[in-house]
Amino acid sequence: MAPSTATAIITTTDMFAYQFMTNAFAAAGIVAVVSGLVGYFLVMRGQTFAGHALSHIGFAGATGAGLIGLAPLWGLLAFTLAAGIVMGALSERISNRDVAIGVVLALALGFGLLFLHYYTSFATQATALLFGNVLAVDHTMIATLAVLGVITLAALAAIMRPLIFASLQPELAEAKGVPLRLVSTAFLAIVALAVSACAQIVGVLLVFTLMVGPPAAAQRLTTGLWTGLFVSAALALAEAWLGLTMAFYTDWPVSFCIALLSALAYFATLPIRMSHVHAAG
Amino acid sequence: MSIVTLENVTLRVGRRKVLSDVSFGIESGEFIGVLGPNGAGKTTLMRAILGLLPADAGTVKVFGRTPHSGNPAIGYLPQLRTVLPDLHVRGRDFIASSLNGERWGLPSVSQHERGMIEKTLDAVGARDLAARPLSAMSGGERQRLLLAQALIGAPKLLLLDEPLISLDARHQEVAIDVVRKVCRERKITVLFSAHELNQLLGTLDRVLYLGNGRAVLGTVDEVVTTPVLSRLYGTDIQVLRADGHIFVMSRGRDVERADHLHDHNHGPEHGHSHHHHH
Repeated sequence: MAPSTATAIITTTDMFAYQFMTNAFAAAGIVAVVSGLVGYFLVMRGQTFAGHALSHIGFAGATGAGLIGLAPLWGLLAFTLAAGIVMGALSERISNRDVAIGVVLALALGFGLLFLHYYTSFATQATALLFGNVLAVDHTMIATLAVLGVITLAALAAIMRPLIFASLQPELAEAKGVPLRLVSTAFLAIVALAVSACAQIVGVLLVFTLMVGPPAAAQRLTTGLWTGLFVSAALALAEAWLGLTMAFYTDWPVSFCIALLSALAYFATLPIRMSHVHAAG
Repeated sequence: MSIVTLENVTLRVGRRKVLSDVSFGIESGEFIGVLGPNGAGKTTLMRAILGLLPADAGTVKVFGRTPHSGNPAIGYLPQLRTVLPDLHVRGRDFIASSLNGERWGLPSVSQHERGMIEKTLDAVGARDLAARPLSAMSGGERQRLLLAQALIGAPKLLLLDEPLISLDARHQEVAIDVVRKVCRERKITVLFSAHELNQLLGTLDRVLYLGNGRAVLGTVDEVVTTPVLSRLYGTDIQVLRADGHIFVMSRGRDVERADHLHDHNHGPEHGHSHHHHH
């Protein structure tokens, strides 16, 4: 994956001398910030499993796109968007129903496998889809991710106020005239966009590393909204870039490094304020 | 002037008819205790007043108009269902999220709104909660915070859905006192739903008793009687008065207390004898 043995001998310091590394830093940077910000609300709403499911459904989309000769990203986008909108529209609560979601995501992975089966030359892409391949990112992909990121964050900004209200106090929000279903559907569509971008970097199986790990750690560290969002995005960015750096010097897979850092950061926050949870019922 | 009027109103939740051909009027400034067995329609009635549930038949008028959601003149404290356990949101931010929370765009709180929040927190004695995260609050503290939130923006009508649930006896008294004081001062009309009548006896002006699809509004002496409640519960009810307390009994069991226990006890023995010590 990363630098071959030959290149590792040539350089010991400057990873930015390589085009693929600068590309990877740019792509991972865009995706990390988007994931950290969108993921913050995913964690706040307790919908992380829904996010996980969306990425698995995206796998079927990505391999399906390969079958009909499209780039995987478009299949990912189409399937996650459709799934996100269906989840949101079906009901406010179905997105929290673990069993139903679990069954659907397993089915989606199954379909992904089926599509791979019928398009065998595409099979080499399977690992890249599942675990990411950030070192293969080119300029076109960076531009696509940047556009995707801007759209995602603009949409998030547009619904942020009612989203927070509906997440914290759905019953009251409804009484005050917040269209709960619309907000919930729009949010899952935003998550779908973020998941699609995130899967390009760390793969569909590891979107938790950027979309859940950093926000969960940030929520344990902060109490304010803006500081929470900032810490979440900063953590995701730090984990992505440090992960890339670590991968460059160790020759370990990038996604593993990011996953490791994400888990370490989250577990490091666990001892903080454990005594506060569940003060009383 | 009538604040809330129902004329021959029928309310359904799904296919179930919760209230059937109900009529009553609540006057300005009244403190109404809303009582009745579980499932009698206390929450459903409040949702209709909030404009979230259109009447199946009849007319509901709030401030003389058909109710619509998002009316800033109504303060609402929903029966607490959604509590995200791991939420480290500060009390002040939690309240702030509800101010104009229906508007699109980025969240922001103006200086004026900050002032309103602080004033209301003071009024219900919840200033100490402003800086603390929700996850660190007890049930009683959370309820106090939600009460403050319901009062922001100077509502004329306050709908409090089971605000005493999850509070111990002392905090229940405190909560009732706070509501009474603030609402008398500001001449706010209150609908206060509860399981037990006795704590509200010194506070309420009239009782709205729901049951069996019906509703009866009147003074405690008019409503809390053996014939009226037997009709509402659909079973033989005895009303006993002792020492300034009223006990609503069915076959020797305290009906209100049994209801209350059910709320905290959705186990398999639901509906059978309770031998809890209170």
